[in-house]
This record gives sequence, C-alpha cells and structure tokens, in this order.
Amino acid sequence: MKIAVCLKRVPDTTAKIVVGGDGKSIDEAGVKFVPNPYDEYALEAAIALKEKAGAGETVVISVGGDSSQETIRTALAMGIDRGVLIQGAGSADGLEVAKALAAEIGAGGYDLVLFGKLAVDDYNHQVGVMVGELLGLPVISAVSALTVENGAVSAEREIEGGVEVLSCSLPAVVTADKGINTPRLPSLKGIMAAKKKPLESKPTTIGAGGLTLAGLSLPAERQAGRIVGEGPDAVPALVQLLRNEAKVI
Amino acid sequence: MAAILAVTEQRQGALRKVSLEVVTAARTVADGLGATVDALVLGSGNVEGTAALGGHGANRVLTASHDGFGLYNPDGYAATIASIGANYAAIVFAASAMGRDLAPRVAAKLGQSLATDVTALSVEGGKLVVTRPVYAGKVLQKLVLSGSTAIVSVRPNTFAADGSKGLTAEAVAVTVPEFTQRVTVKEIKAPEQAVLDVTEANIVVSGGRGLKEPGNFKLLEDLAAALGSAAVGASRAVVDAGWREHGAQVGQTGKTVAPSLYFAVGISGAIQHLAGMRTSKVIVAINKDKDAPIFKVADYGIVGDLFEVLPRLTDEIRKLKAE
Ligand SMILES: Cc1cc2nc3c(=O)[nH]c(=O)nc-3n(C[C@H](O)[C@H](O)[C@H](O)COP(=O)(O)OP(=O)(O)OC[C@H]3O[C@@H](n4cnc5c(N)ncnc54)[C@H](O)[C@@H]3O)c2cc1C
Ligand SMILES: Nc1ncnc2c1ncn2[C@@H]1O[C@H](COP(=O)(O)O)[C@@H](O)[C@H]1O
Repeated sequence: MKIAVCLKRVPDTTAKIVVGGDGKSIDEAGVKFVPNPYDEYALEAAIALKEKAGAGETVVISVGGDSSQETIRTALAMGIDRGVLIQGAGSADGLEVAKALAAEIGAGGYDLVLFGKLAVDDYNHQVGVMVGELLGLPVISAVSALTVENGAVSAEREIEGGVEVLSCSLPAVVTADKGINTPRLPSLKGIMAAKKKPLESKPTTIGAGGLTLAGLSLPAERQAGRIVGEGPDAVPALVQLLRNEAKVI
Repeated sequence: MAAILAVTEQRQGALRKVSLEVVTAARTVADGLGATVDALVLGSGNVEGTAALGGHGANRVLTASHDGFGLYNPDGYAATIASIGANYAAIVFAASAMGRDLAPRVAAKLGQSLATDVTALSVEGGKLVVTRPVYAGKVLQKLVLSGSTAIVSVRPNTFAADGSKGLTAEAVAVTVPEFTQRVTVKEIKAPEQAVLDVTEANIVVSGGRGLKEPGNFKLLEDLAAALGSAAVGASRAVVDAGWREHGAQVGQTGKTVAPSLYFAVGISGAIQHLAGMRTSKVIVAINKDKDAPIFKVADYGIVGDLFEVLPRLTDEIRKLKAE
C-alpha cells in the first residue's frame, strides 16, 4: 500500500498571534511552528496502516518554504519513509494549494491520500476535499474512525446530532478529525533515522487565485462584564439581567 | 439579472434550521448586487418546511429529487450543484458538517475559490467581501472574492434567520445530472436520545472539571431542560476524562459555537476554550475562583460554588418560564 500524507507547517496553537506591519500577514518573530495537529492524525493513520499491511511506502508532502523541511523531518521521525517539499509561497486560496498538491499526487500512484480536516492557521477546511475532486478520487472528510481492508474504506464522521457511516473503495482521499487515533511521538531512534531519510525539494508556482486578502485585524476584545454577586443569592439578579437587560431568556 | 444560489439542507425529509440562515445570508448578498435568490433543496421526495424559504428571501425554490438523495450523497449533490453553479454570481452554503464537505467539492468542480466559515459578508464595488476568523479566532481575515462565481459557507448561528421578506417563491424542478457515485453514506447513527448539537443551539450550557464527576452533569442537563432548546457542552478536560462525548467539546480542538447565551460552569476559561465560544452573544460564568480567566470575557458572572448556584438557577428559570 502506497500512502501520501499532506502536511502543513503552522504556528503552535498556544502562540500569541500579532498582525505584522503590512496588516496582511502575521509577525512570525518568536512564534513556534509545529506540524498542523490534524495532520498528525493523518500521519499516524498512514504509519499504522503500513505497519498493519506489513509492506508499502509512506510519503509526506508539504507546500511551503525552506522552513517546512523541519516540519517534514518531524513526520519522518514519527516513521514516514520519505518527504517531498513543494517550494512555493502559501496562498489564502485553498484551491491554489490544492492544485499544486494534486499535480504532485496525481502521478504518484497512491492507494490512499491523507489530509488533516483543516489547517489551524487558515481554518480553510477545504484543501483535502478539493485535491480528491481534482483527481476524480472518492473523498471522505473529517473522519473520526477509519478502517481500510481489502481495498475498501469504511469511515465515520461526526455530524450535528449523530454520526454518519460512509464507505468507498481505494484509491481514495481521507481527511482526519480528532478521535481517529492517538498520534505517536517521535522516538529518539526515529529522530536519528529521520536525518538520513530522503527529502526531495521541487519548486512550484502557486497561482494568485480568486481570493484577495484585504487585511487581517484583531477581533474586538470582549469587555469584561460584571460580577453579579456571590453564591446562590446572586441568582435572581442574574436571571433579571438575562431577561431584561440582555433579553436572551 | 444576476442570481445567488442558497444551498439548503434536509435531514429525514425535513428542512434543517440552518437552511433559513443560509437563505438569509444569500438575500443579503442578493440585495447588495441587485440579484435574485434561488434556494436549492436536494432530497428524495417531499421535503417539509420549504414553504418558509420565500419568507426568508428566496425568489425561487429549486428542487433536485433523486432516489439516492435521502441521505447526504456527496458525489450526487456536488454534481447537481456544479451543473447549475456557473450560472450564479455566488453560491452560499452552511459551514455545517454537510456544507464543509460539499462546498469544496463544488468549488473544485467549478474551478472557483471558496471562503469558508464566514461570520460577516457584504458587497463592495460589486464584489463579495467576507470576514472569517482564522488562527483559532485570534485574528479576523477579510477577503474579497473576485471569481465569476463567489462561493462561501456561513458559520451556523451567526446570520440570524430573517423571515420578514414576504416573498412567495416559485417552485422549479432541477434535473439531476448523470454522476459517478464514489462515496456512499450508509446510515446515520443517532445517539440513543436525540441531542441538540452545540453548534446549532441558541443556548449552550457548558461544564468543566469543576463539576467534579460525570454524574454531576445532570445539574447542567436540568438547567438546559429548564431553559428549553439548550445544548450541553463541555471543556476538553472533561471530554478527555471520558465524562462527555467529543461531539460536545467546545474549543479549539472541538466545536466553535456562537449561541445567543453561553454558560461556562466550573470552566477556568483557558485560551483554547475561549477560541470556541468567544463570539457568543452573551456569556455567563459561574466559578468559585473570582480570578478565573473566564470572568474576563463573561458579561455576567457569579462567584460561588456551582453545586449551590446551579440548583437555584434552574429553579428560578423554571419559575420564570411558568409565568
Ligand atoms: C493544543 C490544545 C488544544 C486544546 N483544545 C481545547 C478545547 O478545544 N477545548 C477546551 O475546553 N480546552 C482545550 N484545551 C485545554 C485547555 O488548555 C484547558 O486545559 C481546559 O479547557 C481546562 O478545562 P476546565 O476549565 O474544565 O478545567 P480547569 O482548568 O481545571 O478548571 C476548572 C474550573 O472549575 C472551577 N471550580 C472547581 N470547583 C468548583 C465549584 N465547586 N464551583 C464552581 N467552580 C468550581 C475552578 O475554579 C476552575 O476554574 C486545549 C489545550 C491544548 C494544549
Ligand atoms: N501548504 C500545504 N502543504 C501541504 N498540505 C497542506 C497545505 N495546506 C493544507 N494542506 C493539507 O490540507 C488540509 C486542510 O487544510 P486547509 O484546507 O487549509 O484547512 C491540511 O490539514 C493539510 O493536510
């Protein structure tokens, strides 16, 4: 089984985000970057599936700058066999990123292509599904339980008030949600081995796309409200405020 | 005349509430562009609730009926929308479980860009301009859509459904094109009791580690029941501890909610929790620690022991509802 995982380098979710002087990018100074958390689920799924099959190849693919090499090495340290860095500037337009990834993946002869359901920087929630559509492959997105057996995929995804059960056949695209597995941490041995694993770099040009970034801004800070009181005796006053001032009950 | 397509959702033959929000958002775009709104209903057989679409601003209701459209049919729905999509200046989806899967399919098929999960939209200079939270809500991104068909998904509970438009929508049947079904939705496993999803509820009552043990969530369920149409949410700490289902988790690695009223009970207010609820209209915090960070974002707070405050609160709400 040949499996590809698409991986994005993103700011650590606990990082304080400061908008840069241009008003259109974030200030990266002092920000720690990590593999996109949802992509870690995808990496774990790929490694576990290959282990189960006992044979095959796993490949991690990332679109980004030189700094993404470090992120790819983290994936290799977890146990992915080799890496491909597609060098190009990012884009706010998920379709443009999807086109670059589809061009790389289409010729690769993969049985399964895994993504995270969303990248925690742009929150686009779209690239994996788009790659599947561009390649004419079956896509199941935001998967919280996955089984791949005898060329068939069965999966579950959370929907409002229930769980959807889906199936398709390989080759296929799956995007991972929390719940699908628990990603392993790279072992010391894995980190050493990763240094010698192949990492290929190739340039690309990401198109401008149909979304123009007009600017980034910080959301209005919520004003701290008021402490209505202490203990159960404050309840009647709270209920009155919710009813008469906020008008929400 | 330009037209906007609003993609509605049905479950078990009934229109979902979020559909009216989608039509409302589409109407806003249409008014900005001087366009009409077509609401698209995909299903097998009759779908209940479509009579409300005109009132929410749809000029026409398009129905695409197919035996295989009872449950969500990713390939069939996408093919149908793509077959008519290029005729529209904009297509509006909900950023729901279905919309999040369907919108990128349609965008890729049409070769048009997609702005997901938008919380505000307007028309400026004939172009659709949207605002969407990025970096876990820490930053707002403003985008201008310049394609011939602008595709967006709107965050549930953000565009309040407005039924005052008073239109009588014309009914039109849409032909479902030939499509290759690659993915099959086999069933929807529903939980034993129907639960209201935290992303769709008007009121969310969330509990954290302060509840001490799973059985104590009964106190929150009672409050939710007293309030009516309220959902029970949870912090990650209690989901990881196995006290509540993952589907109830609010926050960065859980769901993003924007109800009109959010209760944080025994929740400290970690940044990752705030990421999922800070756009709620009104936030109430109940915590015994007066310095808990949740009070920094709460509109109203009670400092106290939740085991004393909650029963009293449920009681007072019941009294109020009985009036
Ligand atoms: C990458 C990452 C992602 C994360 N994603 C999420 C997420 O999606 N959602 C999320 O919620 N968290 C998330 N977290 C975890 C988050 O950092 C906090 O650990 C978590 O939110 C804490 O949960 P809590 O408020 O229930 O517990 P605690 O922080 O332990 O707070 C319990 C609160 O209850 C109060 N309390 C105790 N007893 C009583 C009582 N009798 N009466 C009244 N008050 C009482 C205490 O004063 C305290 O404030 C994430 C963390 C990381 C690192
Ligand atoms: N620059 C990128 N390089 C590689 N994979 C990416 C990139 N951007 C997005 N992806 C993949 O697409 C998924 C969804 O991203 P998004 O649609 O941007 O939220 C991510 O979880 C990754 O698996």
